[in-house]
Amino acid sequence: MQNPVTPRTLYDKIWDDHVVKALEDGTSLLYIDRHLLHEVTSPQAFESLRAAGRPVRRPDATMAVADHNVPTSDRSQPVEDPQSRLQIETLEANVKEFGVPYFPLRSRQQGIVHVVGPEQGVSLPGMTIVCGDSHTSTHGAFGSLAFGIGTSEVEHVLATQTLLQKRSKNMRVRVEGEIAPGVTAKDIMLSIIGRIGTAGGTGHVIEFAGSAIRRLDMAGRMTLCNMSIEAGARAGMVAPDETTFEYVRGRPFAPQGEAFEQAVAYWKTLATDEGAHFDEEVVLDAAEISPSVTWGTSPEDVLPITGTVPRPEDFADPARAERIRRTLAYMGLEAGQKIAGTPVDVVFIGSCTNSRIEDLRAAAAVLKGRKVADGVRAMVVPGSGLVRHAAEQEGLDRIFRDAGFEWREAGCSMCLGMNPDRLSAGQRSASTSNRNFEGRQGPDGRTHLCSPTMAAAAAVTGTLCDARDLLESTMAEGAA
Amino acid sequence: MEKFTRLTSVAAALPQENVDTDQIIPARFLKTIRRTGLGEHLFAGQRYDADGRENPDFVLNKPAYRKAGILITLDNLGCGSSREHAPWALLDFGIRCVIAPSFADIFYNNCFKNGILPIRLPREQCLALMEDASHGENARLTVDLEKQEIHRPDGEVMSFEMDPFRRQVLLEGLDDVAQTLKNHEQAIREFEARPSRAWVPSTKQPGRPQSVIGGKGEQA
Repeated sequence: MQNPVTPRTLYDKIWDDHVVKALEDGTSLLYIDRHLLHEVTSPQAFESLRAAGRPVRRPDATMAVADHNVPTSDRSQPVEDPQSRLQIETLEANVKEFGVPYFPLRSRQQGIVHVVGPEQGVSLPGMTIVCGDSHTSTHGAFGSLAFGIGTSEVEHVLATQTLLQKRSKNMRVRVEGEIAPGVTAKDIMLSIIGRIGTAGGTGHVIEFAGSAIRRLDMAGRMTLCNMSIEAGARAGMVAPDETTFEYVRGRPFAPQGEAFEQAVAYWKTLATDEGAHFDEEVVLDAAEISPSVTWGTSPEDVLPITGTVPRPEDFADPARAERIRRTLAYMGLEAGQKIAGTPVDVVFIGSCTNSRIEDLRAAAAVLKGRKVADGVRAMVVPGSGLVRHAAEQEGLDRIFRDAGFEWREAGCSMCLGMNPDRLSAGQRSASTSNRNFEGRQGPDGRTHLCSPTMAAAAAVTGTLCDARDLLESTMAEGAA
Repeated sequence: MEKFTRLTSVAAALPQENVDTDQIIPARFLKTIRRTGLGEHLFAGQRYDADGRENPDFVLNKPAYRKAGILITLDNLGCGSSREHAPWALLDFGIRCVIAPSFADIFYNNCFKNGILPIRLPREQCLALMEDASHGENARLTVDLEKQEIHRPDGEVMSFEMDPFRRQVLLEGLDDVAQTLKNHEQAIREFEARPSRAWVPSTKQPGRPQSVIGGKGEQA
């Protein structure tokens, strides 16, 4: 434990409050407040638990939901793929046997674990939150320490409610000023990753700060923290503030009444102290951030939509030049070409990065009164049944359907191409998800990451394009 | 978990940066509820063509490297997903040691949990080992965890850094969960009883919508 007069970061404070025991070798046994489970990374952990005759230590700190592998088409039918069905049935049998709270596939609360946790108030400020999924960093938006773990660690948390961890270094990314209209949290994060690279945050926990971050709503902050892992960081965080407390207030699993006020009093103490030490600090000018899109197969391959694809010959390092060459070939792009105007086959709006009601509203604002371009397959996969329901209450589903989008059930879907929603070889997508790795959305599929606004614009024009052009004409029509 | 002490094997070089876990094991092969059997899908995207035929140019398909026990890559190995299926697939193929200038955090961690030794070496040394690896079966490397050394075929020795705790766990093949329960149960109980912990709500709250376990829940 540090001397209390030493100024501490948000990360330091949450870490200190969860150290069960500091060990001689520099690792610490860290207590875990929330353990979220899904069907893909938990079965082997439960199997080991069962083999050793151990119970789940704290089912009351655990929550499970199936998301990665669930069909997002008709939910009234049984899951068709036998392997997927077995994985979901295995999760259901495990939660029953071990007494773990679970949102069933047919419940409205089902959805992507990183959407469901915050939505239900299961994920709260000041907590340590883990899940067998790298995008657990999403929950850091609440001012919690949230990170992804492997299945062996899932087993360790199930059995002991703790993890052996080494303290990470502190990194602060400040985004100061105002973002321009048409620029979103996704563009901020893509710009950050483009700047620091996919290994830029390795060994660090990133705290996002600055006036542009403070102005983001919780959905935007979640988008930001979600992709911390794409910057290589262990976790991303935003200090809790009134925006956070207002979001959390009244959520089903949040503290209620007097208990809530007491929790808020504690949460307010968590913000980074003046003068606290950061090992790394990066500052971005919000005004310089453009609507962005990736051109390659790594999330750091980011361009403003007005930009051009790099040329291998511009790189002195032969390994780097070779990677660019290989990436261009995979992506079917010409060196030096403008990224805008590249035709797309598929538009995917969804994933734990961008499937919340705010994301759907942003996409619908572009799509209202417009149609998906001929030959483009466009789909919306809401982050949860509740998001889907809320969108239907607002009439967003009509806007999407009228435009020619498929209106789907909640799940991870085409973000990772595990369920039947996949790109076929050579197909190109504009996708609001988080990874553009080779084959991520289907073997030999080509992914361009972007915001929901940009994805909707790509659906309308059939090409990657500057969404601001469409937004401006929408506003001009509105004014007329 | 199998111990790791000393390994002598052919090494396969994959001279790429950012070898991500989607490359190591694509998501469509994660529909298993077991840890084993993933080796045939290791690097599936590069190892097989669209019809499932082997790509003869991919390193692990070349005769000399079909039994490689060591994999060497460039920076940021294992970036991306937390899927432990990545080390499971490596292990199932027979790879017990991975060497790179840098690793993504979660993958690095996951290796240790499965008896795979991840070694960080400066880029120049990785390139030198890749050069050794290019000689296939004529150039075996020996990795000695006890001494923290890699012995090259020409007799040269490279030493590497390793966290002492992680080293011990690998050398002895220790079970983490059993260790924690044996050594720290009392400390965990005391932590759970702290008054400052009282604010943390339960996820099992009667009347809240989650209390359906295995049931139908609210119809969407």
